[in-house]
Amino acid sequence: MANTVLKVENLWKQYRLGSIGGATLRDDLSIWWNKLLGKEASQLSAINTNDRANSSGDYVWALQDINFEIKQGEVLGVIGKNGAGKSTLLKILSKVTGPTRGSIKTKGRIASLLEVGTGFHPELTGRENVFLNGAILGMNKAEIRAKFDEIVDFSGVGSYIDTPVKRYSSGMYVRLAFGVAAHLEPEILIVDEVLAVGDAEFQEKAIGKMRDVSSGQGRTVLFVSHNMSMVKSLCEEAILLEHGCLKMKGGANKVVEKYLSMGIEQQGKRVWDNTADAPKIKDLLLVHSLSLQKQNQEIDTVFDVKEEINIAVQYEVFKQSFSFQVHFYIKNQNGVTVFVAMDNLHNPYTKEPTPVGRYTEICKIPKDFLNEGVYYVEILICTNPTGPNYVTYPDALSFSVTDDMSPTGVRGDWFREWPSSIIRTSFEWQIIRH
Amino acid sequence: MSQNSSQEQWSEVITPKKSWFDLKLGELWQYRDLIILFVRRDFVATTKQTVLGPLWHFIPVVVSTLIFTIVFSGVAKIPTNNQPPFLFYLCGTTIWSFFASCLSGTANTFTSNANIFGKVYFPRLAIPFSIIISNLIRFGIQMMLFLVFYAFYIYQGKYSIVANKMLLLLPVFLLIMAFLGLGLGIIISSLTTKYRDLSNFVGFGVQLLMYATPVIYPSSILSPQFQFYMKFNPIAPIVEGFRHAFMGNGNFQLSQLLFSIVTTIVIFTIGLLLFRRVEKTFMDTV
Repeated sequence: MANTVLKVENLWKQYRLGSIGGATLRDDLSIWWNKLLGKEASQLSAINTNDRANSSGDYVWALQDINFEIKQGEVLGVIGKNGAGKSTLLKILSKVTGPTRGSIKTKGRIASLLEVGTGFHPELTGRENVFLNGAILGMNKAEIRAKFDEIVDFSGVGSYIDTPVKRYSSGMYVRLAFGVAAHLEPEILIVDEVLAVGDAEFQEKAIGKMRDVSSGQGRTVLFVSHNMSMVKSLCEEAILLEHGCLKMKGGANKVVEKYLSMGIEQQGKRVWDNTADAPKIKDLLLVHSLSLQKQNQEIDTVFDVKEEINIAVQYEVFKQSFSFQVHFYIKNQNGVTVFVAMDNLHNPYTKEPTPVGRYTEICKIPKDFLNEGVYYVEILICTNPTGPNYVTYPDALSFSVTDDMSPTGVRGDWFREWPSSIIRTSFEWQIIRH
Repeated sequence: MSQNSSQEQWSEVITPKKSWFDLKLGELWQYRDLIILFVRRDFVATTKQTVLGPLWHFIPVVVSTLIFTIVFSGVAKIPTNNQPPFLFYLCGTTIWSFFASCLSGTANTFTSNANIFGKVYFPRLAIPFSIIISNLIRFGIQMMLFLVFYAFYIYQGKYSIVANKMLLLLPVFLLIMAFLGLGLGIIISSLTTKYRDLSNFVGFGVQLLMYATPVIYPSSILSPQFQFYMKFNPIAPIVEGFRHAFMGNGNFQLSQLLFSIVTTIVIFTIGLLLFRRVEKTFMDTV
């Protein structure tokens, strides 16, 4: 049985809000005075969760009661929204700052990569920087010398190695810096999103190296990232942080799914009880509800790439006047419209006016079509130009598409992460042998 | 393995507890390669892309000595113990600038290295120690300059310059200057993580301290009242003693040296304890 190499117990971290300036001396003196009188230091009692928007008071808990452990050779992913406490956790693990309460127990050397190229000096040559950076990261001269050729090979800097790094292209700089980091040999490696650098080819190389480090060499890795597919492909286990609390720990796929479903406050159903807010065309049409459904009509916000997604809208027509056509705009996280679905049964130019009544329209997005990611649904209902034209409601719903990496669907038996693309659909291939 | 968790051997435990006496100097030794590389970086970075290169280690000393010679000896006519004024000032400036650069170099350890300290852990003391070592080397280089002029004036034979057995105390003088500068520097750097006021003070504070030390005048010209105050300046006997060792006259007492040694030990210890306490969480306040 693998043994535990890192154990985090009841970890709390507090930060002081606001500026640290003139008032600090007075505060410090009063805390010190209270201590002298044997009173409990008052600053620890002001508890605020790490919720940036609504916190009051001078102190905030960036981490609250975090407990987890990592076994040897395990790759643990740490995910969470910006400000959930990931970086704070990494900083404490890498001893950049201390905890307020609790403890961390480790076995073996820890090296942390919160940034590549820490301590690189622009005036020094590549060679000098490799030694300096390596030493900052905890290697001694002999270790660096032994790895030196490998590092240069890996980074592809070649003949530039004796040139000051200020003359390097930014890509070369980053590759050399990552090269040093990748050749560290600590028992526990802590990696913050440093992989999000360099071009695609280099990223591939970097991920490969990470995989080698964990699986090949049996090292323990703690990996923090916003890139969910990378977390899923690299990590077996993951923990999810929210507002400084440990929200979930478990298998990476499960945790990622949970994150995607909560991360962006996804809405699988929207019902307008109050007609004032509802999308409507005055006196003619009113939208009651919108929802995202699985094939079995269950409402959900997380869909597998191999699942069909049904978008349903329920509306009421009060007066037979126009043919009302529903459009769904599907946008991705960057606001790019991936596609627009129009209900051609109600083409406002060619079809008869819609009769009075309540309608449900369902648009089926086929399975094996959208790639992994987060999507938003905007609804638009229009008439022909002689009428009131259209009503729209942006970001009415949102959902995420996930990939459980099972060897079916478009993926086939491709076992690595799917390249980043907007859609993922199956194509017909013809193979001719000559 | 059916190990009981309470019996497990952890190689390191991180807790919020701040012990006053956990100095971890052994860890600093493990990182000695890093200290050497920091020293190297210091030297390479200051001389790269300069025309005069290593000459820059001499230029400030020579220029300020020349100015002192013109202003204090030429214009103000302050006596220099019957010794060549230029050599007198060069001697004082060489040892003083060693102390001054140790102090001002280490005084901003935390604030100026915050970006590295915020990303990776290594013993924070590696930085101030590397600064001290750099300054020691720079002092060695400046000493060579001094010795050239020293030899020149002896060869000239116009003045009676006699080196004496106090030269044996030279290492002690250097150690005191280094650790006093380092001690004061890390005290200031520890306090500046919260109170930036101090870092503004360092620049002209060092300047003021120089005038309170017999660098540009022999302490023998002071009135008895000022000579009494001078006894409380732990740097004064070092500068006097250093000059005495080379030039053969000056005002130096062994009791004064002992006072300097004790002061240095006290200040350095306070600095070390304070630094250790601050380094754990300074990232939150810097």
